Amino acid sequence: MKKKIKELVEFLNKNKTDHKINIMEVCGTHTMAISRYGLRQLIPENINLISGPGCPVCVTSASDIDLIIEISRQYDVSVFTFGDMFRVPGTESSLYNERSRGRDIKICYSPADVLNFAKNNPDKKVIFIAIGFETTIPLTSVIVKRAYKENIDNFFIYNIHKLVPEALELLLVDKEVKIDAFLCPGHVSAIIGSKPYLFIARDYHIPCVISGFEPLDILESIGMIAKQVKEGRSKVEIQYKRVVREEGNPTAVKSIYEVFEKSDSTWRGLGNIPESGLKLKEKFLKFDAKSNFPVKEINSSEPPGCECGNVLKGIKKPTECRLFSKICKPENPIGPCMISSEGSCAAYYKYEKFKI
Amino acid sequence: MCLAIPAKIIKINKNIAEVESFGVKKEVDISLTPDAGVGNFVIVHAGFAIQIIDEEDAQAAQSYWKEYLGEKEN
Repeated sequence: MKKKIKELVEFLNKNKTDHKINIMEVCGTHTMAISRYGLRQLIPENINLISGPGCPVCVTSASDIDLIIEISRQYDVSVFTFGDMFRVPGTESSLYNERSRGRDIKICYSPADVLNFAKNNPDKKVIFIAIGFETTIPLTSVIVKRAYKENIDNFFIYNIHKLVPEALELLLVDKEVKIDAFLCPGHVSAIIGSKPYLFIARDYHIPCVISGFEPLDILESIGMIAKQVKEGRSKVEIQYKRVVREEGNPTAVKSIYEVFEKSDSTWRGLGNIPESGLKLKEKFLKFDAKSNFPVKEINSSEPPGCECGNVLKGIKKPTECRLFSKICKPENPIGPCMISSEGSCAAYYKYEKFKI
Repeated sequence: MCLAIPAKIIKINKNIAEVESFGVKKEVDISLTPDAGVGNFVIVHAGFAIQIIDEEDAQAAQSYWKEYLGEKEN
């Protein structure tokens, strides 16, 4: 492995350009791996790796968390969430705090477990917080179809699924954000394939490389980007060929659009992005938690002083937030990027706070 | 959140497969990989197989995961 790393670093140095290259790693798992393996310190200094909006928990708006909390307060429901979401702050509370106040909030591993819980507890109204990008959306779609087929009437989803390529386009038209290339997410692309990124390479002339998650994968992908930049090309290339195919997983994509259709979605830090989310199709609306458990709109706000919004857009590094590591720490997180195990601030705090 | 771990399919019963990864056996849903058969390697995300992968690639990935999980435990 040492030899391979040396070769890749040599390749990067050989393909070094005179100007700075800003590469955004879209996926939170990439951010974590880059920090954990010290890859920033291995690559030539003209390559600047910036974290993007690829942590689903981090981009969930405070207003969605507030609404979920309000539903759990006003209705007799069992709410299931992935663990990452548990401590993310809304305006004045989190799911974790609400559980300690006696609300029925549980952590789940798979949406399939939640549907089984609903089936086994017909007297309970069960809500699954359906969060995640294209990697996770097909799972929710399978479960919703199953609930429909089996006529389960005590199962609901609070849907905050989001789509990656649409958010990337927003970043490209934002004048504040300067991106020269994207390191595209591996497992999102296992589902959608490489074609949904083609418009980025074609219309915006931005190289895209779909990368795996091991340090060698990431170094190799950075090398593929550097080569494209040096040669003046902008193509979508797949480095993570062992998992990602050009066509993705067509069964999974088909399943998504059997259940959902595109709609606008609000991202923390990025605001409302047209067509970047999903809503249940009419046939499946009976599973929609928002319409089945109506609550009044809440005046939501992000934590004061928190720079997560700018960190998610790649405008600021976590270390440029004045709360970082002073007030905002993993044991006392203020913003979502410090809470999620894949948040940029958590990655910097854990692995890089003394390097920068 | 988009973590996915390779696992080998040991048994299949309709849409549920028993898989083995790092000596641990678990049931996963294979509705999204209808071509997956016994002996295939799949990558698993939140209880669902999301893609079939080659055995050689799966074994390489498993060795990485062993190192990663080992470090996490320490």
